[in-house]
Amino acid sequence: MKHLRSIDELGHEGLLRLLDLTNHMVEVNRRPVPKVPALRGRTVVSLFFEDSTRTRLSFETAAKRLSADTMSFSVSTSSVNKGESLRDTVETITDMGVDAFVVRHKSTGIPWQISDWTNASVVNAGDGWHQHPTQALVDCFTVREALGKNRFDDLTITIVGDVKHSRVARSNVAAFSLLGAKVVLVAPPTLLPPDVSHWPVEVSYRLDDVLGRTDILYMLRLQSERMSQGHVPNLREYAESYGLDAPRVAKLPPHAVIMHPGPMNRGVEMLIDPSSLPNSLIHRQVANGVSVRMAVLFDLLAGESSAANLVQVAS
Amino acid sequence: MSPRMTKGAESVRTVLKGGTVVDSRGERKADVAIENGVIVEVGASLRGDQETDAEGCVVAPGFVDLHAHLREPGKEEAETIETGSRAGAKGGYTALVAMPNTDPAQDSVAVVDFVREQGKRAGLVDVVPSGCITLGRKGEALAPMAELAAAGVRIFTDDGNGVQDDLLMRRAMEYGKGLGVTLAQHCEVSSLTKGAVMNECQCCTSLGLPGWPSIAEELMVFRDIELARLTGARVHFLHLSTERSVELVRAAKADGLHVTAEVTPHHLSLDETRLTTFDTVFKVNPPLRSLRDIAALREGVRDGTIDALATDHAPHPRRDKELSLDHAPPGMLGLETALGVALSVLQVDIAHLVRVMSINPARIAGIADRHGCDVQPGSPANLVVFDPNASWKVSPEQLASKSRNTPYVGMTLRGKVRHTMFDGAFTVVDGEAQR
Repeated sequence: MKHLRSIDELGHEGLLRLLDLTNHMVEVNRRPVPKVPALRGRTVVSLFFEDSTRTRLSFETAAKRLSADTMSFSVSTSSVNKGESLRDTVETITDMGVDAFVVRHKSTGIPWQISDWTNASVVNAGDGWHQHPTQALVDCFTVREALGKNRFDDLTITIVGDVKHSRVARSNVAAFSLLGAKVVLVAPPTLLPPDVSHWPVEVSYRLDDVLGRTDILYMLRLQSERMSQGHVPNLREYAESYGLDAPRVAKLPPHAVIMHPGPMNRGVEMLIDPSSLPNSLIHRQVANGVSVRMAVLFDLLAGESSAANLVQVAS
Repeated sequence: MSPRMTKGAESVRTVLKGGTVVDSRGERKADVAIENGVIVEVGASLRGDQETDAEGCVVAPGFVDLHAHLREPGKEEAETIETGSRAGAKGGYTALVAMPNTDPAQDSVAVVDFVREQGKRAGLVDVVPSGCITLGRKGEALAPMAELAAAGVRIFTDDGNGVQDDLLMRRAMEYGKGLGVTLAQHCEVSSLTKGAVMNECQCCTSLGLPGWPSIAEELMVFRDIELARLTGARVHFLHLSTERSVELVRAAKADGLHVTAEVTPHHLSLDETRLTTFDTVFKVNPPLRSLRDIAALREGVRDGTIDALATDHAPHPRRDKELSLDHAPPGMLGLETALGVALSVLQVDIAHLVRVMSINPARIAGIADRHGCDVQPGSPANLVVFDPNASWKVSPEQLASKSRNTPYVGMTLRGKVRHTMFDGAFTVVDGEAQR
């Protein structure tokens, strides 16, 4: 695999391979010294045009645990503010000798454009409303780990909230479906994309109608700027219809689990203290982030060495 | 210059030999003789001082583009009136209507005169300036339309923007009617297209790109048809892109309103899924639409609902098109590929093609005295000679435009311009620009 830009591009086999590889990385991370020399001499640069503390730290930690060198590019201190084009930036960094770009950008498609301008690998750490494939890998791995299932065939996963503007939702719809889950999207029509008839999903406008048959409840973050754009009249009304509160938790089947990609909007989509939830996987999602991103970087950059070698070298 | 070329003081007799003449009167095999910028004889076995081969080719009135962004003044990095004129000549055009979204905009006699003069200086096509409907194309106050009309402007548009204000558009139509000019609308209700990058469809759903819904165009088409009905003004619809727009115009014409419409070669040939590569060359306004829209637009051309093919030639320098999809400016080149695209995708006979590429747009632009004329003695020698069967591969390096943003790179088109004659002088011979 040369790039990880979307779940579609990764495909079913790639998804399974990365999830299996993540198991090895979890094992590495459990060691007293969670560091292996697998990517020694490789350089990973994170190119974040949008603030994101957790994703960025997660990638940088992953790279360091694999002994890769890391470079970090932040827009505020860069020549981008001096009028340098993105292409010039990418070509300049490429000339310094890097093996992978980890890219976060508010515009859809930037990882594809960058991969035209460099021979390094490109990892999409979120582009616009489009894709966030490592988040989907994290979520799939977390479900696998929690439920002990490799296939999601008998699971109903309900994704609630601003699907329209969510790259997490787009990547997760693709990934959950590839693993066999039934995906239900719940949102007011204004927060759904214009036409989802070709997606393998069911759509509901009423959260209360689907809670009873939900195995995994996946809450999305609602950004406050959606109100100024008229997608919802106000946060209170949204919270009343789509926020997770105690009565709604009670409507879930007892075995159901709750997920959120973070950061949470307390009082909007999350009306209940998540630490009081019996079946929350939210902390596992964060914890698995590093292992998943180690698997991704290893898969892209380790070349011929296999996961078996990794374990061997490590022990 | 040889003595033969200058019989007397001026007259060189040029003959286009062996072609098929196509104009409003149909098709016929004939040679065409030209002297002093005018067609002097059409018939069999004509002789001349200079004989140019047109065997296997169509000889027709030169093409007229109702919609060219020549970028001068203001964005000469992308195109100049000279380079745009040359691109036009290579595409078989003898007249280009210059869109007004220059900097400064074409909302004053000074700018309009400048554009026309630059066109004359280049001397490759007639550059026909359009005028703004509103000052600075801001949609707030009418441009001095009477002054502009007195300076020769026949077609008014804020292209790039639609005139959003209903009252202002009504006034523009009423005032324009008094001047006998045509109002050309870029139909886009801007509140519905804020930030839009591509057609609102399944594709934009999956790509997470803000959608440009068809209704944003259709609402304004509908409004302006009704305003045309109310005011009696002549209205032209620029670059229509949707099935419903075609239906609205068809109905308006059936009602006898003075409306005309154009479509671009790219809206006839490329669909929305081109954006899945994230290549900004495919970002255009209005956006590439669905296969269903494409079929309806082709049918609109075929049945005459759509009067003209217009390129919306929109050059952009590479660095601008290397921005992200949401920041890259919309627009693509069109002048040099229009004929090839039209012949490749439209199932119409050559006579109809000549109507939509020359005769009709010349009438709409108000230049039918010099362009789109029948190929007969006395007509100005603004002519195109093209081979309707020649295939060629589009290569950006061969384009005369200053920019390279053609969406047809590497594609094979059928139909190629062989010679273009402007005012009796060849601007293009055997596909090569003469200057």
